[in-house]
Amino acid sequence: MTVASNSTRVAVRGPAIGTALIAAVLLLLALAAPFVLYPVFLMKVLCFALFACAFNLLIGFAGLLSFGHAAFFGSAAYIAAHTVKEWGWAPEAGLLAATVVAGLMGLVFGLIAIRRQGIYFAMITLALSQMVFFLALQLPFTHGEDGIQGVPRGLLFGLFDLSQPLTMYYTVLAIFLAGFALIWRTVHSPFGQVLKAIRENEPRAVSLGYRTDRYKLVAFVLSASLAGLAGGTKAIVFQLASLTDVTWQMSGEVVLMTLLGGMGTLFGPVVGAGLVVTLESYLASTSLPVPVVIGCIFVVCVLVFRRGIVGELMHRLSKRGH
Amino acid sequence: MRTLLLAGTALLTLAGTAIPASAQVSDNVIRIGVLNDRSGIYADLAGEGSAIAARMAAEEFGNKVAGAPVEIVVADHQNKADIAASKAREWVDTGGVDAIADVPNSAAALAVQGITKDKKRIFLMSGPGATALSGAQCSPYGFQWTYDNYAMAAGTGRALYEQGKKKWFFVTADYAFGQSLEEETTKMVKSLGGTIVGSVRHPLGTSDFSSFLLQAQGSGADVIGLANAGGDTVNAVKQAAEFGITQAGQSLAGLLMFITDVNALGLQSAQGLMLTTGFYWDMDDQTREWSKKFEAKAGKKPTMVQAGVYSAVKHYLKAVEAAKTDDADKVAAKMRELPVEDMFAKKGKVAANGRMFHDMYLAQVKTPAESKGAWDYYKIVKTIPADTAFMDPKQSGCPLVK
Amino acid sequence: MVSLLGIPPQVLFGQLLLGLINGSFYALLSLGLAVIFGMLNVINFAHGALYMVGAFVAWLLLTYAGIGYWGALVIAPVVVGLLGILLEKTMLSRLYKLDHLYGLLLTFGLALILEGAFRHQYGVSGQPYPIPAALQGGQNLGFMFLPNYRGWVVVASLVICFGTWFAIERTKLGAYLRAATENPTLVQAFGINVPVMVSLTYGFGVALAGLAGVLAAPIYQVSPLMGTNLIIIVFAVVVIGGMGSILGAIVTGLGLGLLEGLTKVFYPEASNIVVFVVMAIVLLIKPAGLFGRER
Repeated sequence: MTVASNSTRVAVRGPAIGTALIAAVLLLLALAAPFVLYPVFLMKVLCFALFACAFNLLIGFAGLLSFGHAAFFGSAAYIAAHTVKEWGWAPEAGLLAATVVAGLMGLVFGLIAIRRQGIYFAMITLALSQMVFFLALQLPFTHGEDGIQGVPRGLLFGLFDLSQPLTMYYTVLAIFLAGFALIWRTVHSPFGQVLKAIRENEPRAVSLGYRTDRYKLVAFVLSASLAGLAGGTKAIVFQLASLTDVTWQMSGEVVLMTLLGGMGTLFGPVVGAGLVVTLESYLASTSLPVPVVIGCIFVVCVLVFRRGIVGELMHRLSKRGH
Repeated sequence: MRTLLLAGTALLTLAGTAIPASAQVSDNVIRIGVLNDRSGIYADLAGEGSAIAARMAAEEFGNKVAGAPVEIVVADHQNKADIAASKAREWVDTGGVDAIADVPNSAAALAVQGITKDKKRIFLMSGPGATALSGAQCSPYGFQWTYDNYAMAAGTGRALYEQGKKKWFFVTADYAFGQSLEEETTKMVKSLGGTIVGSVRHPLGTSDFSSFLLQAQGSGADVIGLANAGGDTVNAVKQAAEFGITQAGQSLAGLLMFITDVNALGLQSAQGLMLTTGFYWDMDDQTREWSKKFEAKAGKKPTMVQAGVYSAVKHYLKAVEAAKTDDADKVAAKMRELPVEDMFAKKGKVAANGRMFHDMYLAQVKTPAESKGAWDYYKIVKTIPADTAFMDPKQSGCPLVK
Repeated sequence: MVSLLGIPPQVLFGQLLLGLINGSFYALLSLGLAVIFGMLNVINFAHGALYMVGAFVAWLLLTYAGIGYWGALVIAPVVVGLLGILLEKTMLSRLYKLDHLYGLLLTFGLALILEGAFRHQYGVSGQPYPIPAALQGGQNLGFMFLPNYRGWVVVASLVICFGTWFAIERTKLGAYLRAATENPTLVQAFGINVPVMVSLTYGFGVALAGLAGVLAAPIYQVSPLMGTNLIIIVFAVVVIGGMGSILGAIVTGLGLGLLEGLTKVFYPEASNIVVFVVMAIVLLIKPAGLFGRER
């Protein structure tokens, strides 16, 4: 696999102080954002950003293109919505359940899919997620095309009232940061290094004695769990879970976010998610057909802009450094 | 590294532009948001046409009500409940929207119903058919205008029974909406003394119906009830014609069909089909005149959903004028109090559960020979009076009904 | 009459025949995918969209040029094939040196554009397309009523499928093609223009999709969304058959059509899912697919 390999090396090698500085500035911006921008919009961006980061963990750092990540995202949304609404669980318990269920699904998907690589892997995840879609359509607890509606936001840890927009926003921000930190940690750990080795040259990693399937499976489960966390959070924010989040188009959308922002860069998926969500909400009130615009971005990215926005920036930066 | 920072700022700035610059929120404007599907499966039966219909209603008031200008804004919910929810929230929170109209797709409508109930805004539903919207999920501010699944299913069920077609077979889309259509029709047919000889559930978005139709054909039913919608119904009808089912004497009943579906099918395949509708453009002089005006702007005849948007928006504006305020509680009370009288509904009235009662019509699709041209599709066989067309509010399960 | 598993045999035969008809659509579509994958190593996500374009070309020909079904049967695949060659020359060909995943992503974007554009232009409720006069009516087979048109679809697609298989596996041109995929440099050295051959292969593969679109037009509605859900099922068919295996695609397509037909009798709710269940099982037992080779 050679997906976006150059840019990652740069991302990882970047000086620690600079990175910390940027992180601090971005954090400040994120903390101040809800006073300038519409909080619900920001929360949506954060949910999709976490989803895209989780997806990027696979494609960017393990070289596995999953075309079925919507299955985890959407199912987790259903689980969170159902546990909170029907069983009266606290939001944190609902989110935990959502994450665990998504992780278990990831285990099942992973066991079937990691036996193959590349395109085969993509097709298998796609087909499996399609099965999940039909299940979501048929199982009674998902309420078919109506979805689970009117999910109460409730009290976080019994203390914080999530129906307050700002409280909800900072909760979502905290969830996102925790997920992001976990990904950061994973990527920079020895485990992450092995993943990258597998991405670059799997046979060599095998010959070095690594049981690559195990590594890929763990990465897959981790990615699925985090996608689930994002989906569950989205269900709490929007107070609903619907079929939209399980469709294969949603899987395509997360691919686009990651591709646009920069595969294999840590910040890329965040930027990509922000742009795509912004674009969609902007296009909603124009007469331009959304799918055509999204499709054009896809084509342009693949043809001339494969590093994505952040990847391209990093590439320019490193060139100037030499 | 500086560049990265710039990228971050650029992202946030870009994000900022996404929210329409509506800082000039003023209570002096009556703003109605038409929220529907403008690119997906409901774009033809609602879409831009619904926005045109809403504008036509506003124009009749000179775009001014109770001293305030009327403004129509539109958005595409892409048939996604979460997009509908966030757009509705945004409109209410930052866009100064007083009423939201249309919203086809039950999932999206249920989401918007929750928000408008919370935030006290008027919700004028023309597109969605779920009976829950004026039942268990009803709202003091939500008005279901044009049709609902009960009216469609029960209307067709009773009318066909009265024609002596007593044995039914259902081809049902296997999801909540299809099942509710089947259930309502079954209740009606059985209460009259008819029988259900069988039913088959097909997955949503099936392209090949032949094997289901074959089962229906072998069942000896008088009527094959299609408890599905849109592309599923169209494919089922088209293939029923191909397999010679109607020629062999069985009738087809579309339990939820719009004129756009008939247009998609073509009369050759659709002829003879029975269906219930809330509106047909060629009913009387008033509907013809309005539809002509509509056609001049939209390029085609209105569907019942679009005509319903017109009627609902007009009634809303009338209520605002009478209440002399856009306060949702007062306007909702006026809407329930005033009779609905326009080209869409004659002597219509709004019940406590938000259901607007008006006459429905049983229509039969014309044969190609009977049709005089484009959009000349229906023969109105029977008028179903308002009080029997819809579910009794007392049985709707809406807590607002005492 | 003896009944099999509680179902009278005539119903069973009827359903099997209908399954065969659907299977021939799957076979035709997965054949095109397999040809493209075998030669270009590209998963053509735009296949469903091009199938839709084929049906629309037929409809446009009828509506605006008065050219009927038989004309469309020839013209539409050519149009779609040319469109395919154009896409291959201008876009796909730039990606061959990269990871194969980029081909998948590019064609995914193309599918979105094509579907979105047709949706924008023609709406989504679909357009009617009549069955050609010569094929109207049907035959009473005793156990079921078989519309003539459906019979024609089965015959036509079987002939095309096995014709294609023969051309690739048993002729000189096919041998060049297969050689070019194994070792393009060597074949080029023999004086064969490999890039042109690749373009033509892609054009041929998508022309098959266009042809399937014309065959489908009189049965299903001509709608921008007609290919969207079909493509996922066809993907599964190709995976089960073994990617790139021509015979695998044909046999699996027909077989899964039959299986789906049976599911519609015994447990109709599952008829959309059965293909994916089979896929998961096949992959667990034989990861390369039924007819595929490990590579």
